[in-house]
Amino acid sequence: MMDSILVLMGAMLRIATPILFGAMGETLIERAGVLNLGIEGTMLLAAFNGFVAAQLTGSLWIGLLAGALTGGLLCLLMGGLSVTLGLNQHVSGLGITLLASGIALFAFRILYGGATTPPALADSFQPLNPFPDTILTPVFEQHWLTYAALVSVPLVTWLLNRTTFGLRLRAVGENPEAADTAGINVYRMRYQALILGGALMGIGGAFLSLAQLGAFAHGIINGRGWVAIAVVIFGNWQPSRVLAGALLFSGVQALQLRLQAAGVALPYELLLALPYVLVIAAIALVGRNISVPAALLKPYRREG
Amino acid sequence: MLNLKIERGPAPLWLRPLIPVIAVVVTFALVSVLILWAGASPFDAVYQLLINPLTRTSARADILMMATPILLTGVAVAVAFVCGYYNIGAEGQLYAGAIFAAWVGVNAEGLPPVVAIGLMLIAGFLAGMLWALLPALLKSWLSVDEVVTTLLLNSVMLFIVSALLNGPWRDPVSGWPQSPTIALNAQFPVIIARSRVHLGFIVAVVVALAVWWMLARTRFGLELRAIGKNREAAQFLGIPVRRRVLAAALISGGIAGLAGVGEVGGIHYYLIGSLSPGFGYTGIIVATLGALTMPGVMLSALFLALINRGAISANRELDVPVYLSDVIQAALLLVTLAVLLLNRYRIRWGR
Repeated sequence: MMDSILVLMGAMLRIATPILFGAMGETLIERAGVLNLGIEGTMLLAAFNGFVAAQLTGSLWIGLLAGALTGGLLCLLMGGLSVTLGLNQHVSGLGITLLASGIALFAFRILYGGATTPPALADSFQPLNPFPDTILTPVFEQHWLTYAALVSVPLVTWLLNRTTFGLRLRAVGENPEAADTAGINVYRMRYQALILGGALMGIGGAFLSLAQLGAFAHGIINGRGWVAIAVVIFGNWQPSRVLAGALLFSGVQALQLRLQAAGVALPYELLLALPYVLVIAAIALVGRNISVPAALLKPYRREG
Repeated sequence: MLNLKIERGPAPLWLRPLIPVIAVVVTFALVSVLILWAGASPFDAVYQLLINPLTRTSARADILMMATPILLTGVAVAVAFVCGYYNIGAEGQLYAGAIFAAWVGVNAEGLPPVVAIGLMLIAGFLAGMLWALLPALLKSWLSVDEVVTTLLLNSVMLFIVSALLNGPWRDPVSGWPQSPTIALNAQFPVIIARSRVHLGFIVAVVVALAVWWMLARTRFGLELRAIGKNREAAQFLGIPVRRRVLAAALISGGIAGLAGVGEVGGIHYYLIGSLSPGFGYTGIIVATLGALTMPGVMLSALFLALINRGAISANRELDVPVYLSDVIQAALLLVTLAVLLLNRYRIRWGR
């Protein structure tokens, strides 16, 4: 019993990793007043570019860097559209998701042809095992990126709540006019949030291709970006609660995998759908008392 | 920072009709990088993408066939977006319609074709509405953001389809994950000889025209547009905003469901997991390019269908990956949004 709970916890942390990176990135961006629906495509192209860079250079670190850069660049594009031009954030974000996904599929075809088995890395990031041969192994045998994802939560909290940068970021997300009057450059602040958040999303995507799978496949992100956006809402834009949301989703996902392995007589697809349904239900329940960043979705236009 | 000055002010009149042309030219200029990478000449590719399909009868018919589902999802998305309800769930609603249509179609043995097809359309519309109901209710009762709920329900729907096709509906003969074939009398008639253009195209055009009339000529349509322009003002004028938005969301879902009916009834004759390669999301592009107006939506559905058909030609003739059309469509969306600003702003460099 104890064993299986520990195994479950291990799986939960592994599944939570890319969602956490994505959700922390999205939290930063949304707190600055931009909803980035580009996240799903951003994570996909980052997973792809990270994979290709690692394969070309033989260095996983360069791959990870390529993933982070891809994320940052795509979010820079999001900034160009939504911050500088002030375009509708829903449509710009979805457009970026479609564009990035299209580019990933196009480039995959050119580089790998019609390969049916996904190309794999000769060696990928290996899990750390700080407590070998103990009962804790299944919980702590994780990729260093999983630890990094967990560490990113207090880091983002600190950044948002304890630094001048964070204060300014929140200011442009809540009341850009006042922030501007106080001498904060609203545009630059939003761009900085986008680039930093985009890099986090990119790392989340690259985690999947460079660590968890060590390979790239079209369906590698499979809605994880949307889930990240959902847990940000669930978490009321507070990093620690976003962590709770990510763990809730991935916990149910892990449980679902265990049930499936144990041969429960339910169609496994319905179990797969369970975490999505639960997140929708959870959002509906917390929906009454959420505090959306006041300037979310509102482009800022400096008069004069 | 760049000293980019954006000022409000109408575009010069000569510029306005040129805006779509500018968008297309800029998009192709950007995408030519990818075409060159694939080892083809961008000019050859443009010929294959935009001209070649128009020169042959069979390819012209293919364009109508390919426009059918994205015209419906485009109309569906536009109806919702017009009143500011961001229904991103057309993909899931399309599959809901497809499931019901397949179920009716399989059990329509012996019915007259008019009845069978009519029932399929009604069932598909209802299914799409049903799948749109939860996010719409959550929005109007609890103000839960519809973008996230509709997006997540797309994922849930794919799992449901997969569960159906791997479970009760797995083809008993072949063992493939596809539903049984619908009855002959439920299959949509072909409307252009020696082509795959089916009744669904007419349905799509009729729906688009009906929505056009609704938005332009009825009180309901006027109220939807008023809500979209200024929600608070509409509320203040006594328009029951929540109820109207709820209605628009359901209509949107129903129309997206019809797109699924057309694909089952007119193209595949059974339900499969790959029924839609993202028609629901393409609908968002169609609706936006069409500026949420029905003539615009019809034109952009045809134009995107042309690009889809052209990408197949480009793939055959120039060995450019067929995903080129996905890239072009997404790039066109973003470029058009940016270029449309020319309508409202003048851009000046310098201080």
